[in-house]
Amino acid sequence: MKRSLFGRIWPNATAVVLFAGFVFPVYWMFATAFKPTGDIISEDPVWFPANLTFSHFQKAVDADNFWTLVANSVTVTVCSVLLSLVIALFAAFALARLRFKGRRGLIVTFMLAQMAPWEVMIIAIYMIVRDADMLDSLVPLTVFYAVMVLPLTVLTLRGYVAAVPRELEESAMVDGCTRTQAFVKVIFPLLAPGLMATSLFGFITAWNEFPLVLILNKANDKQTLPLWLSQFQTAFGDDWGATMAASSLFALPILILFIFLQRKAVGGLTDGAVKG
Amino acid sequence: MSVQTKGTDTAGKPAVRKARIPGPPAGEDRGSRSPSRRGAAAPYLLLLPALLATLVLLGWPLVKNGMLSFQNLNPRQLIQHLTEWNGADNYKEVLTGADFWHVVERSVVFTAINVVLIMVLGTLIGLLLARLGRKMRLLLMVGLVLAWAMPIVAATTVYQWLFAQRFGVVNWVLDKLGWHSMADYNWFGTQTSTFSVIILLIVWESVPFVAINLYAATTTISKELYEAASLDGAGAWKSFTSVTFPFLRPFLYATTFLEVIWVFKAFPQIFALNEGGPDHLTETLPIYAYVQGVGNQHFGVGAAISFLTIVVLLVITSYYLRMVLKQEEDEL
Repeated sequence: MKRSLFGRIWPNATAVVLFAGFVFPVYWMFATAFKPTGDIISEDPVWFPANLTFSHFQKAVDADNFWTLVANSVTVTVCSVLLSLVIALFAAFALARLRFKGRRGLIVTFMLAQMAPWEVMIIAIYMIVRDADMLDSLVPLTVFYAVMVLPLTVLTLRGYVAAVPRELEESAMVDGCTRTQAFVKVIFPLLAPGLMATSLFGFITAWNEFPLVLILNKANDKQTLPLWLSQFQTAFGDDWGATMAASSLFALPILILFIFLQRKAVGGLTDGAVKG
Repeated sequence: MSVQTKGTDTAGKPAVRKARIPGPPAGEDRGSRSPSRRGAAAPYLLLLPALLATLVLLGWPLVKNGMLSFQNLNPRQLIQHLTEWNGADNYKEVLTGADFWHVVERSVVFTAINVVLIMVLGTLIGLLLARLGRKMRLLLMVGLVLAWAMPIVAATTVYQWLFAQRFGVVNWVLDKLGWHSMADYNWFGTQTSTFSVIILLIVWESVPFVAINLYAATTTISKELYEAASLDGAGAWKSFTSVTFPFLRPFLYATTFLEVIWVFKAFPQIFALNEGGPDHLTETLPIYAYVQGVGNQHFGVGAAISFLTIVVLLVITSYYLRMVLKQEEDEL
C-alpha cells in the first residue's frame, strides 16, 4: 500500500496540532508559575519564560497551613489506597481463580458500585459523619476514598490475577505448596506491576477528591490540597503567578507518579507474560 | 471488550486505561478443578471485606439519603438534632418548582454534548494513533497522557487563567486573529460562554482515556482479518465498517456508558470554575443538589434532589445497564 505525500503529511500534521492542544494548558501552568509578575501581566503573552523566578512558589508554600495540608493529602491518599488494595486483593483472587455460586452476580455488583454517585450523596454522608462526631477528621475521608476506588480496584486486580498463568500456581501446588502459599510465593510477586498500575487510579481519585472534603472538613488545618487550591485561587484572585505555582505543586506528584508507574506497569506486565 | 496490552509500544497507557472499564471475563476457571473441596466457604470469606465495605459505606449513605429526603431538615433541626418527618413535601416542592426541570434538561443536554464530543474526538484520535509512525505516536501519546494526568482542580485553575478576562491567552489570540471584540471578553459572564469553557475542559481531560484505550483495542485486531477483507476487495472504508468497527463496538458501548456517568456526575469542574454561576445558570443536577442542600441549608430538599438525580442517572443509563445485566445472565 503506497501512500501519497499528502497522505503521509496530514496524519503527522494533525498529530502535532493535537499534541500542542493537549499539552498547552499544562505547559502554560508551569510557564506562568516561573514567570515574574511583569511577564504575566503583559499586553502580549510571554511564550517562553526567559527570566525565571521562584517567588510564586515561595508564596504558595508560605500560605497558611500549606505543609499541614500536604501531610493531610499524602496521609489520606496513601492510607486509602493501601486499605483498598488489601481488601481488593482477596476479592480479586476469589473472583479470578475460584468457582462458586453467585460469582457473576458479585462481579456485576462491583460494576454497578463503580458508578456510585458519590457526588450527590454528600448531604447524607455529611449527616452520617456528623452523627458519628467525626467532622474535621481525616479518618472518614480515608475510609470513604478507599471504598470509592474499591470496585475499580477489585475489577482491575481480577484482570491481573487472571492474566497470571494458572500453570504457575498449579506447578507450585504440585511441588507441595498450599493454595495460599502458591499465591503468596508465586502469584503475588507477579502481581506487583498490576498492584502499582491499579493503585495509580486510587492515588489519582483520592488526591483529586473534592466534593466530600468540601463538605466534611471545614477546619483550615484538616483540609486537603484540592480544596486548598480552589480556595487559594479565590483568595489570591488575580495573582496568577501564585495560583499557577500552587496548581503546579499540586499537579506535579500525580504527573510524575503517572509517568513513572505507567512504564513500570506495562514493562512488568509484558515481562511476566513472556517469562510465564 | 478485550482491551489487551500486548502492544509494547504504547508507552504503557492502556494497562491502566483499561482498568477503568469493567474487565473482560478473561482466563476463567473452565476445566480446572479446585484441588480441595473443603474450601467451599473460602471465596465468600475472601470477598466478605470488600462486599461489607461497599454495602455499608455505599448502601448506608444511599439509605440515609432516602430517609433525609422525607425530612424537614433546615439549620434549626440540624443544630438541635431534631428529626421532623414531612412526608413527600420535599419532593412536592422540588418537582413543582420551576428550577428542577430546567436543571434536568440542562444536565441532560450538557451530558449529551460532552459525551458526543468526547466519543467522536476520542475515536478519531485513537484511529489516528493507529495510523501514525512510532515517533509521532509517542509524541501525541505524551500530550494525551499529560492532559489526562492533570488533577481536575489544577486543570480548572489553569482554564480560568487561560480564559481570564485580562491577560488571558485565549482572549489575546482571538484578538490577534481579528476578533477584536474578544480582547476583553468575560468568559464567566454568560451561561453559554461559561459552559463552553467547562465543556472544553471536560472534553480535553476525557478524550485521552477514550483515544488511548481505543488505540490499544485496535492493536489487538488480528492482521488476517484485514488481509481477508482486502482479498475480498474491501477498500479502506469498507474494511473499517466490516472489521474495525464491529470489533470496537463493545468497547465503544462500555466507554460511552462510563463517560455518560462521569460527565453527568461532574462536580469539581463546574463548582471550582464558577460555582454554578453566573446566576445559577450552569448548575447541573449534582451542583443544584449541593447549592440547595448545603448552600441554602435546606438539607432535606437537597436530599430529595440527590435522590431524583440518581433516578435520572439510572434512566439515562438503563439501556446499557440492561444490556450488561442480560449479558452476564446469559453467561451464567
